Amino acid sequence: MLLTASDVCKTFVTADGPFDVLKGVSLSLDAGETLALTGESGSGKSTLLHLIGGLDAPDSGSILLDGVNLAELDDAGRAMLRRGKVGVVFQQFNLIPSLRVADNIAFQARLAGVNDLTWNAELADRMGLSEHLRKYPEQLSGGQQQRVAIARTLAPKPKLVLADEPTGNLDEVTAADVMDLMLELVADAGAGLLMVSHSDRLAGLMERRLHLAAGQVA
Amino acid sequence: MMHAALSALLSHWWRNPLQLFTLVSGLALATALWSGVQAVNSEARASYDAAAATLDEGSFDQLVRRDGQPMDLSDYVALRRAGWLFSPVIEGRVDGVRILGIDPLTAPRGLGPVDATVGPDIGAFMSGAGQIYATSRTLDTLADLDQIEKVEITDTPPNVAYTDISVAQRLLNRAGEIDVLVIGAVQPLGQLQLAEVAPDLIRRQAQVSTDIGKLTDSFHLNLTAFGLLSFAVGIFIVNGAIGLAFEQRRPVVRTLRALGMPLRRLIVLISLELLGLAIIAGTIGVGLGYLIAGLLLPDVAATLKGLYGAEVAGTLQLRPSWWLSGLLIAVGGTAMAAAGALWQLSRMPLLAAAQPRALAMAAGRRAKLQGIAAAGLLLAAFVLGLTADGLIAGFALLGALLIGAALALPVILDRFLLWGEGRATGVMGQWFWADTRQQLPGLSLALMALLLAMAANVGVSTMVSSFRLTFLGFLDQRLASELYVYADTPDDAAQIAAFAQGRVDAVLPIQSTQVQIAGVPTDVFGGKDHSTYRDNWTFLEATSSPWDDVINGQSILINEQLARRANLTIGQSINVAGEAYEISGVYGDYGNPIGQALINEEPFAALFPDVTPQRFGLRLDPIDVPKFRDDLRAATGLPEANIINQAGIKAFSLGVFDRTFTVTTALNVLTLAVAGFAILMSLLTLATMRLPQLAPVWAVGVTRRQLGQLEVARAMLLAMLTAVIALPLGLALAWALLAIVNVAAFGWRLPMYLFPWDYARLGGFALLAAALAALWPAHRLAGTPPAALLKVFSNER
Repeated sequence: MLLTASDVCKTFVTADGPFDVLKGVSLSLDAGETLALTGESGSGKSTLLHLIGGLDAPDSGSILLDGVNLAELDDAGRAMLRRGKVGVVFQQFNLIPSLRVADNIAFQARLAGVNDLTWNAELADRMGLSEHLRKYPEQLSGGQQQRVAIARTLAPKPKLVLADEPTGNLDEVTAADVMDLMLELVADAGAGLLMVSHSDRLAGLMERRLHLAAGQVA
Repeated sequence: MMHAALSALLSHWWRNPLQLFTLVSGLALATALWSGVQAVNSEARASYDAAAATLDEGSFDQLVRRDGQPMDLSDYVALRRAGWLFSPVIEGRVDGVRILGIDPLTAPRGLGPVDATVGPDIGAFMSGAGQIYATSRTLDTLADLDQIEKVEITDTPPNVAYTDISVAQRLLNRAGEIDVLVIGAVQPLGQLQLAEVAPDLIRRQAQVSTDIGKLTDSFHLNLTAFGLLSFAVGIFIVNGAIGLAFEQRRPVVRTLRALGMPLRRLIVLISLELLGLAIIAGTIGVGLGYLIAGLLLPDVAATLKGLYGAEVAGTLQLRPSWWLSGLLIAVGGTAMAAAGALWQLSRMPLLAAAQPRALAMAAGRRAKLQGIAAAGLLLAAFVLGLTADGLIAGFALLGALLIGAALALPVILDRFLLWGEGRATGVMGQWFWADTRQQLPGLSLALMALLLAMAANVGVSTMVSSFRLTFLGFLDQRLASELYVYADTPDDAAQIAAFAQGRVDAVLPIQSTQVQIAGVPTDVFGGKDHSTYRDNWTFLEATSSPWDDVINGQSILINEQLARRANLTIGQSINVAGEAYEISGVYGDYGNPIGQALINEEPFAALFPDVTPQRFGLRLDPIDVPKFRDDLRAATGLPEANIINQAGIKAFSLGVFDRTFTVTTALNVLTLAVAGFAILMSLLTLATMRLPQLAPVWAVGVTRRQLGQLEVARAMLLAMLTAVIALPLGLALAWALLAIVNVAAFGWRLPMYLFPWDYARLGGFALLAAALAALWPAHRLAGTPPAALLKVFSNER
């Protein structure tokens, strides 16, 4: 099993008092498998994704990723995990504005020490970015920026790709285009994919679906 | 509507208290340093004005006895009978206070606090136990004089008190004596010649040489320049804060306009808001300025006394003029800092979107224009460096140099960071250089402030240290004798000379008188031919044998001040008391405000037979000094205070010198502190906008601690690059101060020395300041909760 999350809980302190975002969520994912996380706004989808990606730590419960218990990792350990084993695609693209497209694509792979120039070139080519490698992110359209973000995520060949509403900022045609490319590349890389989405259509493209409601699996 | 719009605008500050603090504190600091310096200047000027009313600095000719002794009443009566209009004056010291006794009935207008023609005080001044006029502080010193009515006045120099001449004679125990007769400007026609009526008296011209106001102008100009520099550094902070606030308030402005608020009214509202903030910050600044001035004034007073002999009160008075000017400069500074932003607002389309990176984009667009302006100003500075002559041109050169370099700084740094990015091999290195380059526009104002502060520090410290080194060498040259002895009377002097003869290696009389040479007030000395002079004096320019020429009796040595002011050089002939002398040498004479010349003692005695030496330099083996000193005192009864050894004079002179530059050093440190504050505020402000740029880097596997460390390294890199650029700029500044400003201000040119260790230490301080300034924002970044970073990836921001 690539990923096992058991009884994960997370509480945020807000101005109105403590808010239980996740109340004992469990899930699992095999290598190469795709899973859609759906649910209303505030149901805890993104929070669960962040906890699985080592971006935040759960209050209780355990997350095992590729045999590693995330609860046992400190801040530096979780950072190491994010460099090589996990790739995250965000809705807001979140590229590094000061670096060119080519450097953005290679950034995470270089951090992980697994930079493969041939693989980077192939990613850029298949994403239709070859002509834009010398440009800065702000010179690209939204769809192009999201392709750069996906290429950056896949460049270190992660075992798990986490995608948080990856097409939420794109129009329908561009979104479909980007989604097809991402699924194709994830499949080629043999990575597992966990995607948060509001869209039933996009969730239908995944092999499995998990619905969250009020912080629990519905 | 206005109320609603104003609360919408003001809500920005409540939501961003750090920005509000940056704006108010930047403006308050700028105003404080400016108004503090102005307070010091106005206090000193008030003291000069008051001093102008005393005898020393006044415009009255005076009559004194040729032998320097007091005259008696019969001399005065004889002169009055001969038709001359004089006013008698006596002076002396009581408890260290200079007592000036005047006759209000005959005193010319402007001399002393009372006037026979106006006011009812004349009776009280002259009758009964009398009155004494002085500042409250001076009156406190005279507390023991309880039988005399004390009247407090403000427009009197410190440590000077006026009273009626009869009261003064009583206080000083000198009944019937007169020191000086002040000559009225208007005299009746047909009086007898002074030489016939009073052959023992000589006329002393009004002392134009001690026109304190003019002499100290350069000192105050230096202070003003520092105040202006500090103000400029503070205004950089204000400009940054206002610019950022405008960018962040674009959505509010857009909404208000969309809801029907006219643009013009919006601009008026924002201007009013800034005016209010400027008045608050200005008031704080003026208060702080008062504190700064209060701390600086005692040192300024000591400086002016040491350098120019000017008496300045060491206490500060609240003068409405500088309160008002402090507030005006705060409002003016805010207007200057906000002008660009208001102009942009007036031209902004209704639907203009907020541009979080607008600062960077605007800076990019401005870079070319800025580069051209910088090149133009640096070229102008270069041309001025070759041609400038005089104080105004000197300060124009400094202005062009500093502003040009400040404008060039972001352009140079941008090119350098681009170069670094191209050469970085590691992924973090590459990101570090690229990200630093992206931060540059937001930090450039603070870095410009740091550049100016550091360059001023290098420039001024080089000037002061060069001055100190030269001055030390000069003291070694000029204070070669082991002992200096002062006699109170010509008889004492003769006794000292007779005792010393044969007991020491050489007795070198020090005798001088003041004359006009080529229109410049000059002290002429009569020097003895001795190896002390030949071995120790060095010349800026001289004939092949300057001392032999002087001994021959036809040549003269002059100081640099006289040479520059009268445009004299070696080989030229000048007239001293009717005799022509050829200049055989020009020597450096640092710290002396007036001209000086030296001729051989024989022609001196012939020209000035009434001048007898009352001071002597004695050459003897240093081991014998204590015994000789005791023997001399035992034989002549000379007071201890009249015998000063070489080390004592040197220590005293160095003490005066060091205190002279205490103020400059203090302002230097304050300017550097303001620049450090500018960096801290810029980093804190930028930190709030940095999360969207840093969160993706964190998300792909860089820890918050690493990001924090890189933030500190970034600030240190930029500070180091700024320091590297500040060094040549500071040296150029030092050169301009030494070669142009000092020559115009003081009349002498100093050699320039370099002090690499001092520069390295300053660079170390700059790095430390940058690291400390970056530490807080970096610490905050390292401790940012993941939830705050994750908000970047959602729509919650």
